[in-house]
Amino acid sequence: MNITRLTAMEIREKVINKEISSKEVVKAHLNRIKELDEELNAFITITEEEALKAAERVDEKIKNGESLGKLAGIPIGVKDNIITKNVRTTCGSKMLENYIPPYDATVIERIKAEDGIILGKTNLDEFAGSYSTESSYFGVTKNPIDTERVPGGSSGGSTAAVKAHEVALALGSDTGGSNRQPASYCGIVGIKPTYGLVSRYGLVPLANSLDVVGTFGRNVKDATLLLEVIRGYDEKDPTSMEIEGSSYLEKLKEGIKGMKIALPREYMNMDMDSRVKGKVMETVKLFEILGGHVEEVSLPHVEHYWATYYLIVVSEISSNMARYDGVGYGYRTEDYDSLDELYIKSRTEGFGEEIKRSILAGTYILGSKEGREYYEKAFRVRTLIKEDFDKVFEKYDVILTPTTPNLPFKIGDSIKNPFEMYGSGIFNIPANLAGLCAISVPCGYVDGLPVGLQIIGDRFKEANILKAAYALEEELALGGENNGL
Amino acid sequence: MGYKTIVGLEIHVELLTKTKIFCNCVNEFGGDANTHCCPVCLGLPGAIPKLNKGALEFGIKAGLAFNCQISEWVKMDRKHYFYPDLSKGYQVSQDDNPLCRNGYVEIEVEEGLKRIGIQRIHIEEDTGKSIHTEGGDTLVDYNRAGVPLIEIVTAPDINSSEEARMFLENLRNILRYIEVSDCKMEEGSLRCDVNINVVDTETGKKTNITELKNLNSFKSVASAIEYEERRHISLLEKGENTAKETRGWNEVENKTVVMRDKGSADNYRYAVDVDVLPVVIKKEWIDEIRDSLPELPHQKKERFIKEYALPEYDAGVLTQSKELAQFYEETNKYAKDPKQVSNWVMGDVLRRLNDEEMEIVDLKFQPKDLADLLEFINAGKISNNIGKKVLREMFETGEKPEAIIKKKGLIQISDEGELEGIIEKVLDENQQSVIDYKNGKDRALGFIIGQVMKATKGKANPQLVNKMVRERIEKR
Repeated sequence: MNITRLTAMEIREKVINKEISSKEVVKAHLNRIKELDEELNAFITITEEEALKAAERVDEKIKNGESLGKLAGIPIGVKDNIITKNVRTTCGSKMLENYIPPYDATVIERIKAEDGIILGKTNLDEFAGSYSTESSYFGVTKNPIDTERVPGGSSGGSTAAVKAHEVALALGSDTGGSNRQPASYCGIVGIKPTYGLVSRYGLVPLANSLDVVGTFGRNVKDATLLLEVIRGYDEKDPTSMEIEGSSYLEKLKEGIKGMKIALPREYMNMDMDSRVKGKVMETVKLFEILGGHVEEVSLPHVEHYWATYYLIVVSEISSNMARYDGVGYGYRTEDYDSLDELYIKSRTEGFGEEIKRSILAGTYILGSKEGREYYEKAFRVRTLIKEDFDKVFEKYDVILTPTTPNLPFKIGDSIKNPFEMYGSGIFNIPANLAGLCAISVPCGYVDGLPVGLQIIGDRFKEANILKAAYALEEELALGGENNGL
Repeated sequence: MGYKTIVGLEIHVELLTKTKIFCNCVNEFGGDANTHCCPVCLGLPGAIPKLNKGALEFGIKAGLAFNCQISEWVKMDRKHYFYPDLSKGYQVSQDDNPLCRNGYVEIEVEEGLKRIGIQRIHIEEDTGKSIHTEGGDTLVDYNRAGVPLIEIVTAPDINSSEEARMFLENLRNILRYIEVSDCKMEEGSLRCDVNINVVDTETGKKTNITELKNLNSFKSVASAIEYEERRHISLLEKGENTAKETRGWNEVENKTVVMRDKGSADNYRYAVDVDVLPVVIKKEWIDEIRDSLPELPHQKKERFIKEYALPEYDAGVLTQSKELAQFYEETNKYAKDPKQVSNWVMGDVLRRLNDEEMEIVDLKFQPKDLADLLEFINAGKISNNIGKKVLREMFETGEKPEAIIKKKGLIQISDEGELEGIIEKVLDENQQSVIDYKNGKDRALGFIIGQVMKATKGKANPQLVNKMVRERIEKR
């Protein structure tokens, strides 16, 4: 049996049935990491010792006939902007290179409570602030499908690790597409839940009003399983909510007969890679065959997405990055003569270029009269964008779009053409601005590169997008096609 | 005089909630450094604040006590600046939508009552505390980080140091009455900054506003205002102006010194803190809080005047603090004459407390003990002067007046038989004084009475001695 080829669901079943031990599962995946990760660089920190101990506890429970959690024995990767107690959490930044937090994020507590096994912390763009994982202080992560290409970002370490079978599941975070775009680029499933479905306590904020913790798997069921575990109200995060109703997993098989599906006209008319567009249009037809009713709709404010998102995101970034000042924890410059110099040098040396650009832009926006006018206008436009979606969801269950307008680009290209990289998140941004749920699910390959379909659902209507994604996955049965490494 | 002083105050008050404003850490003064802390108040990455309902309630209480309008909803904003004791690079505060607006506090000036406007009261978190070691290091204690504060901003309605002092005293009394803060300046639970400038009333020419900090007592607030008044006026007289700056009060040298230049306005880059969800404040809740407010100082004063027929002055002094008023009322329950109780409380009790720098709650004896003491005097069992001696003893030992009087044998001698012998003896020994008195020297009588009192160690009933001495002399 090739353990690393098993799905998360299969691993749990086989561990509980004592076909394999949890320790064997962990060892197989750790070996896989050792074999591949020097090349891939999906991990910043590998927690071998803790993982083996956790596996022993699971095996002990099985031996003692104790009941087991929903994630029993499943190896999981955690994006390194999610706080882990006593395990360094770097956010991909020199600033936090040696930062060891004293507490666990709520999502980590929940994973541990369900016997999931964390194998390590995965690479990301610095503070999750870009789209290629190239801005990490710990080096770029390579795309397992084509190692000359980026895995996308900012959750590129998590998506590469899942794709390469280094772990079965992973956590990511999504502020403007950081789960969906890399999931699409790596040909896996990535879920961006509704804002408030999952506790953000312990997610290091990039932009608090947009950030969510999401999940990755190589199939819809696996990604859904992890979402099921981490979702729900947390008293430590007042923006989190409990949603009543039966489990998503039970609903997956309901199918999409009669589902009302919207296709935004403005999106499909945008400038994009024709191969992507072609693949997506093919997929849309499949939904009709599966019993859905697809109709074109209008989402008129698409041309304002980027500006609105940018104004809000850089403002929140500049505020959130203020705490990294070299005083209490994190990087401090070696040489300083005054308090001001301590601040300036620590921040100049500790932050990378991409984050510094955002801090500068955000400081200007919040600190100048003109900037504040833009900022306030962005909030008003954000409301308009929300209303666009509210209108669509009055009549439709889900919206289909390409996850990205392009295919995974080559490492280094984004420096030559940053706008192409930023543009890759254009279809992802509105779900963050409007607080909606969305999923990226593989819909095929063109020229050996994966294409992702994005399915957007109304707030807290995760069941709809998961059902639709599952139906598509079952129909396509892409399983074997170009799995890369 | 052709100058008018214009003063506005910014007062920070720590609230007495059990826990901090955004986490469950205990809100307590002192403690070992960094022991009342958690990821939230330390501002660690990923931690999320959660607004304490108690802090909001205390803020509303203060707003209502100062006659403010309460906002229908609140949000929290981030105020950005860098300082080591600020753990997040921003303070969570309120910018454009403060919890309370448009209130006032009244003070008594010569012309009558004067209203000092309160422009706004907002809630915010306190910062940590920097500790500078002798070795030149700076350490930070975050125990105070996240303690709930209200910031009270007055209108520039204050025109003298005396008005500022009266305002601050009234403000502090009210805050203590409603029990939202202990207002201890020495522990930093009440902090006051001053904005001051002076206008030439003839020419209309104004000086630039000076901000004053490091004011550690009401006295230093008043002294700093007086110092700045003189400084601003002398500059105006020379045709000059003050610099826009922040100055600190140097208590040792009794003067203000430049702290920092305020040439350009502060830029705090305020932004809404989206982690703290906006809160709607229901009218019913405000009404509930209003109903729960205790009697405020001015209301109590009015009642004391009516109920106990006290002069306005007495009522004012006795209602300065809730505890003092309570002591007075409690004593009255057992005593017969409210004015007499007032005289004793305002006189000997308060004087002694002030001398010892003690509070009324530190007294070793109970209100009933004072009432009992007064009863001894009123019943003629001891004299007023002996009463004062007994009170001193009560102050020191906390013993009951009856026990002190008994132990020291202080019961007044009102037995004519017992006094007669003493008086005759004194008269025999002071023949010359008897003659003097008979020759019309009234002073001689006082001397003789004094000798009788001395002989009885002050225990003789003075009225009776007076009467008997006259009679005995007449008979000689």
